[in-house]
Amino acid sequence: MTLPTELKDHQTELHRFKVRLVVGAVFVFLLFLILGGRFFYVQVMQHEHYRTLAENNRITIVPIVPNRGLILDRNGVVLARNYSAYTLEITPSKVPDLEATIDELSKLVEITPKDRKSFKKLLDESHTFESIPIRARLNEYEVARFAANHYRFPGVEIKARLFRQYPFGETASHAIGYIGRINDSDLGRLEESGEISNYRGGDHIGKTGVEQSYEKELHGVTGFEQVETDASGRAVRTLSRTPPISGSNLFLGLDIRLQEIAEKAFGDYHGALVAIDPRNGDVLAFVSEPAFDPNLFVDGIDSANWEALNDSPDHPLTDRALRGLYPPGSTFKPFMALAALALHKRTATSAIHDPGYYMLPGSSHRYRDWKPGGHGTVDLHKAIVVSCDTYFYGVANDLGIDNIHRFMSKFDFGRKTGIDIEGELAGLVPSQKWKWRRFKQRWYPGETVITGIGQGYTLTTPLQLAYATAILAGGGVTYTPHLVRAIQDSRTDLVHNVALHRSADLSLKPEDLALVKDAMIDVNRPGGTAVVAWAGVPYTVAGKTGTAQVFGIKQNEKYVASRVAERLRDHALYIAYAPAEDPKIAVAVVVEHGSHGGSTAAPIARKVMDYYLLGKLPQDKAVPATHEEGGPHD
Amino acid sequence: MIRRLLKGFGAHLDGFLLAALITLMAVGLVVLYSASGQNVDKVASQALNMLVALAVMWAVANVPPQHLIRLALPTYVLGLGLLVAVALFGEVSHGARRWLHLGVTRIQPSELMKIAIPLMLAWYFDRYQAVLRLKHYGIAACLFLVPVGLIARQPDLGTALLIIASGFYVLFLAGLPWRVMVGLLALFAASMPLLWSLLHDYQRQRILTLLNPSLDPLGAGYHTIQSTIAIGSGGIFGKGWLKGTQAHLDFLPESATDFIFAVFGEEFGLVGGLLLLTLFLVITARGLAIAANAPTLASRLLAGSITFTFFTYAFVNMGMVAGILPVVGVPLPLVSYGGTSMVTVLLGFGILMSIQTHKKLVKT
Repeated sequence: MTLPTELKDHQTELHRFKVRLVVGAVFVFLLFLILGGRFFYVQVMQHEHYRTLAENNRITIVPIVPNRGLILDRNGVVLARNYSAYTLEITPSKVPDLEATIDELSKLVEITPKDRKSFKKLLDESHTFESIPIRARLNEYEVARFAANHYRFPGVEIKARLFRQYPFGETASHAIGYIGRINDSDLGRLEESGEISNYRGGDHIGKTGVEQSYEKELHGVTGFEQVETDASGRAVRTLSRTPPISGSNLFLGLDIRLQEIAEKAFGDYHGALVAIDPRNGDVLAFVSEPAFDPNLFVDGIDSANWEALNDSPDHPLTDRALRGLYPPGSTFKPFMALAALALHKRTATSAIHDPGYYMLPGSSHRYRDWKPGGHGTVDLHKAIVVSCDTYFYGVANDLGIDNIHRFMSKFDFGRKTGIDIEGELAGLVPSQKWKWRRFKQRWYPGETVITGIGQGYTLTTPLQLAYATAILAGGGVTYTPHLVRAIQDSRTDLVHNVALHRSADLSLKPEDLALVKDAMIDVNRPGGTAVVAWAGVPYTVAGKTGTAQVFGIKQNEKYVASRVAERLRDHALYIAYAPAEDPKIAVAVVVEHGSHGGSTAAPIARKVMDYYLLGKLPQDKAVPATHEEGGPHD
Repeated sequence: MIRRLLKGFGAHLDGFLLAALITLMAVGLVVLYSASGQNVDKVASQALNMLVALAVMWAVANVPPQHLIRLALPTYVLGLGLLVAVALFGEVSHGARRWLHLGVTRIQPSELMKIAIPLMLAWYFDRYQAVLRLKHYGIAACLFLVPVGLIARQPDLGTALLIIASGFYVLFLAGLPWRVMVGLLALFAASMPLLWSLLHDYQRQRILTLLNPSLDPLGAGYHTIQSTIAIGSGGIFGKGWLKGTQAHLDFLPESATDFIFAVFGEEFGLVGGLLLLTLFLVITARGLAIAANAPTLASRLLAGSITFTFFTYAFVNMGMVAGILPVVGVPLPLVSYGGTSMVTVLLGFGILMSIQTHKKLVKT
């Protein structure tokens, strides 16, 4: 019985297959007709059209590079602009003997050994059919002289190009960043994102800072001309032109005057300062000292300058505000105090007796306070004002490391703040899980104790400290910090503000915040650790000093004998916001090897705030606070 | 003696198909000579590619189809494993992760999949033919959509789409119900707006450019504009061999590989183009005839899918060069310069010949 069914099945199956095969074949034939029809259309009906295009005229498509958007500060001061200048360029594939040609050219136009070097470097990076600049910024006299001799130099041309210029040089260079020539890895990225064709004819791209992170907005859209050329490739007429669309202008939250004051205030010190408007997350100042001149990078930096910058023991290229990891030291204490209040481990009135050290129950090890002999009876207010270590050792131990980790994460300690430039480091607030993953070791209670005063594994960037201070100032409201506050469309000239990212409110209790704020105000008053910096201040400032044991930014720093003494000094930290009753600015300052927050870091913050809130310029010719000890220890 | 040896040597080759294939390859060499700017070295190296590919074809043709089909599962698993390896450790070149370094040589596992997918699906339907239900089509679809997903991620959208096609052909030939096909088509059309809203701006821009090259004359559209000019200027009889101007004036990039048909169209005109198209049609027809006469379900499905896929390649390539299809990186089979695609295509024809020539032996 089964056999006939199977046979029948086989027959129907075979029949169905053949039907399908025929359907497929019909499709194939249809596609054949479509292609044949297309050939007929293009090669017979449109033949004349295409023949004209192909033979009599040669159409080339010439890209037109758009103007890059400007970068301006919050008051409209230009921080990055373009200017047009003539460059002398060589297309290597059209030149039989490069060396001889360059030698000949140098008789007409000055070509320095530096020019030759950077030309060689570009030559190695480029294709031989690309036009490579040998001399930039020719003056009119040089242009005229070359033009008269142009016929002697096939493959050499004068081109008008737009150059990027940063009029303020080193000022705010880490925030603004710089552009440079497109390299292989840039090309790969552009190819992947499908933007490669928008870069035809152009050769620069944002490399760091805002220039990099807002590349898309700044670059604009490349236009093109369809040009009819004669047999020798000379343009005869333009057939069509699609104009380029200039890039958008960026308005930063930075106030360049404020930035200059802040950078000057550092004097010879290294370090970082970030100032944020707690009402919206605008970054008002973004300092990393020492800085570098971004203008050096625009035409391809020469090796002498590059080595000087890259090998300097001062690391001017490292963005300390974004990537410098420092233990927060005592600036951590206001946040610890908030944690203690929020998790009901301390009240406003609960006090301890500080004998000058703290001991874990059942242990005889003494965790010392910075003040030998201790501060006597200490409540939460006093603990912040005099920066009592013993008090916060106990707070940390009662909270436990995992509670500290959880609470501090709300302030984005140990996380990236999400600022709008690339390369930010996350810092670290340790937890038991973290230590196990990292070292395969269990957590020791002593490590919790020192976390209470911002030492141990805890690391923060100056940006994070400023952001956390801004959150504190704003009463627990968080606005993701951003350098760019508004973008101006080049076609409509309309300025639209960037969207503010307001994350969920931290739901801190107003009475807890008030307690911490009052203590931070008293830090800057007689009896507090930052009193020397704030003598006669007409507004109220809430602040906190800090000292961090030295960690080099990088391990491979060069050993410089004369600097050892300074290099062993602690880092000075200071956070503050003002006016305390209606905060408009929150600042974090880190002064590397500055010893004490109160004496070196707080005066810098004062200069910034005086200018921002009062419009007052520093009077003491921007000499930084003395290197000598001054004011109470923190 | 020599005759008998020759006869034994050619016993598993299909004479008609072989003749057509060799004609096509000869055309390829002739155009390549012109497209490469009369570069003899390049032509010689392509001839060598062809010899290697023909040897592979001969070897495969000598293996009985039932043995080939037995290799389906291992080949498929191997290919899938290699694709996963590429995703994890692959070498990135030009922004895409396609190659896998194996000490001495590097391989592109997506090429293997072009054969492995039809083989696997043919084996699968053969195995379940007695109990075939709708769910089997679903499983079969998954079998090819998983590797396609990996290939699309590389990203190599062109290859992914063509592998989808080769898998779909097996499903179609195996009797995927019409209503399902119509349903899927309707579903796809309906979900277009949603998919569109999920895309990034630059991805949308890319798709728009694919549909209308003049939107991006500096990038992807440039190729199409130039190749259409080249073909159109060829006219009815063409400009004559070596007399094309567009390809030789560097207007046309990739003129030896993906865009070689533009050179052909310019130099040999409409007449040449139609003849070449007919040659592709003849090869396809022969393949379909082999499929129709194949003895088992597996070999029918395999032969059918390979043949349709071959024509699809040719159509997509010529359509792209003639400016009616988006630019995807698909070579013109047996004509474009390059060894990998040559081997893959002729390996497929080796399978067709094996199916055709082992039939009688099975019956006796």
